[in-house]
Amino acid sequence: MTEEKEHREYAGQFRRSWAKLKRNKAALFGGALLLLYLFTALFAPVLYPGSPSAPNLMISLEKPSRDHFLGTDELGRTIMGRIIWGSRVSLLIALGVISVGLVLGVPLGLISGYYGGKIDFAIQRVTDMMLAFPGFLLALALVAVLGVGLKNTVISIGISMIPIYIRLVRGCVLSVKEQVYVEAARAVGSKDFRIIVRHILPNVMVPITVQTSLGMGTAILFAAGLGFLGLGVQPPNPEWGAMLGSGRAYLFNAPHVATFPGVAIFLAVLSFNLLGDGLRDALDPRFRI
Amino acid sequence: MSLLEVQDLKKYFPVKKGILSRTIGEVRAVDGISFTLERGETLGVVGESGCGKTTMGRSILRLIEPTSGQVFFNGRDILRLRGEELRKMRASFQIIFQDPFSSLDPRMSVGQIISEPLRNHLSGSRSEIKDRVAHLLNRVGLHPSQMGRYPHEFSGGQRQRIGIARALALNPLAIVCDEPVSALDVSIQAQVINLLVELQEEMNLSYIFIAHDLSVVEHISDRVAVMYLGRIVELASDQALYENPVHPYTQALLSAVPVPDPDMRKKRIILEGDVPSPIHPPTGCAFHPRCPARRNRCSRERPELLDLGNGHFVACHEK
Repeated sequence: MTEEKEHREYAGQFRRSWAKLKRNKAALFGGALLLLYLFTALFAPVLYPGSPSAPNLMISLEKPSRDHFLGTDELGRTIMGRIIWGSRVSLLIALGVISVGLVLGVPLGLISGYYGGKIDFAIQRVTDMMLAFPGFLLALALVAVLGVGLKNTVISIGISMIPIYIRLVRGCVLSVKEQVYVEAARAVGSKDFRIIVRHILPNVMVPITVQTSLGMGTAILFAAGLGFLGLGVQPPNPEWGAMLGSGRAYLFNAPHVATFPGVAIFLAVLSFNLLGDGLRDALDPRFRI
Repeated sequence: MSLLEVQDLKKYFPVKKGILSRTIGEVRAVDGISFTLERGETLGVVGESGCGKTTMGRSILRLIEPTSGQVFFNGRDILRLRGEELRKMRASFQIIFQDPFSSLDPRMSVGQIISEPLRNHLSGSRSEIKDRVAHLLNRVGLHPSQMGRYPHEFSGGQRQRIGIARALALNPLAIVCDEPVSALDVSIQAQVINLLVELQEEMNLSYIFIAHDLSVVEHISDRVAVMYLGRIVELASDQALYENPVHPYTQALLSAVPVPDPDMRKKRIILEGDVPSPIHPPTGCAFHPRCPARRNRCSRERPELLDLGNGHFVACHEK
């Protein structure tokens, strides 16, 4: 690559990534879904002013109609309203889980990759142990220890995300720390902390961003899984997985009770995954279009 | 006392193999190098790729941890410095890197890059640091208004100037220049070298100038060291080395320098074979398998670096 060409490609990095993302129809669809989801979560009280948890046994298990767009559940609660309010719960869980994963996983990955040696060995062996369990099983085991509820759902799924971040960040740090500009920073007398925060972290942000988008989808799915098993957010709070779980009993005479929360979970997870895949392709300079 | 005195510096890289990463050998990248550097002097270091020039430069600065030896800088042994002491020493001993593209962090502005050494070692206010950065940019021929730009917006030569400004930020005593112009276009090389010469006169800097281009080294150096397989084979003043090379390797290197005269014919010494592996260096004189003047003794005894007079050192049994 000639010097000048490289120069131009660097200059348009952001614009190029954006152009690539715009051309990726799946990613755009994911982004649009995500916006809809965020909008619903933010404006839930406006979209459905009533209480999503107040039962009305007179109208239990009604099929979708004009009054109840998506029907009602076994306690006569409007499924539309519960899905709308449930988006808040799942978004809260996703953000909480990602925060736990980022706050603990990224620094440990940075330390592990940068210092190497015994610290690296210790962190990596613990990571190995955590990765030996499938993510959901690990979260399930943690819930068994911590107990059910929103907070514990966030903590247990969050902990199961930590090793993923540690591995990802460590791998990226191993390549970035060999860069000449890191050596240059050492040569001008920068301390390790400064090198890690100012030079290494900004240069590993791209994979972290992609993983965060994909991880939010996984978090929602895991939370729904725990809710389905009755180990997540507890009723009467509207949580999609729990709604799906309780609707299971009426699958034959009132299939809409389980179907619509399932569709909500599917779309939310899909939006994060499509956007995450799109971001990965757009931000990776190796994929050129 | 010299500003810098290097004694018997060695850097061996272990060669590991297998799942237990047993050490099965070592690469003798730098194998016992000694020299001195005076205040305001330029020592050129030349040699083929892989002869250990760069490793030597980085070992002296402890960017790579040397295996053994002593490096006295301003009277203190750098290799014994710990933690903070080492970090403080870096203020007066700097390096300019070969590749101006990879040596600047792509996510930092030029102002941030040049102010990094200032923030590490001095406590100045924001505006004081900014003034200093502006002054440095001016000094290396860039405009202070370019402070907010990012490295990718500059050409190779300009980026190398940014690297030079960073090295100058703390008024160092000495700078290791690790092939600072070999990644640049020929037309830009001269500009950067002239800048380095000007700065040296102005600030009484000492340079260790590593290069593989003999004509560049000749232009800038007071003394020149020729390296082969991790050792210095000849060390002499600029003039003595170019006019009267003694070591057969130096002679062969110099015969490869093109002369800008189409009618001039000179004897070109073509060396046979490749540079031997530094994992299994030849016995005796490391150069003997390729040497046109080798004798029996050369494969058995390793020649010492001896003074021929007037500070002309050479490691060869012939002399």
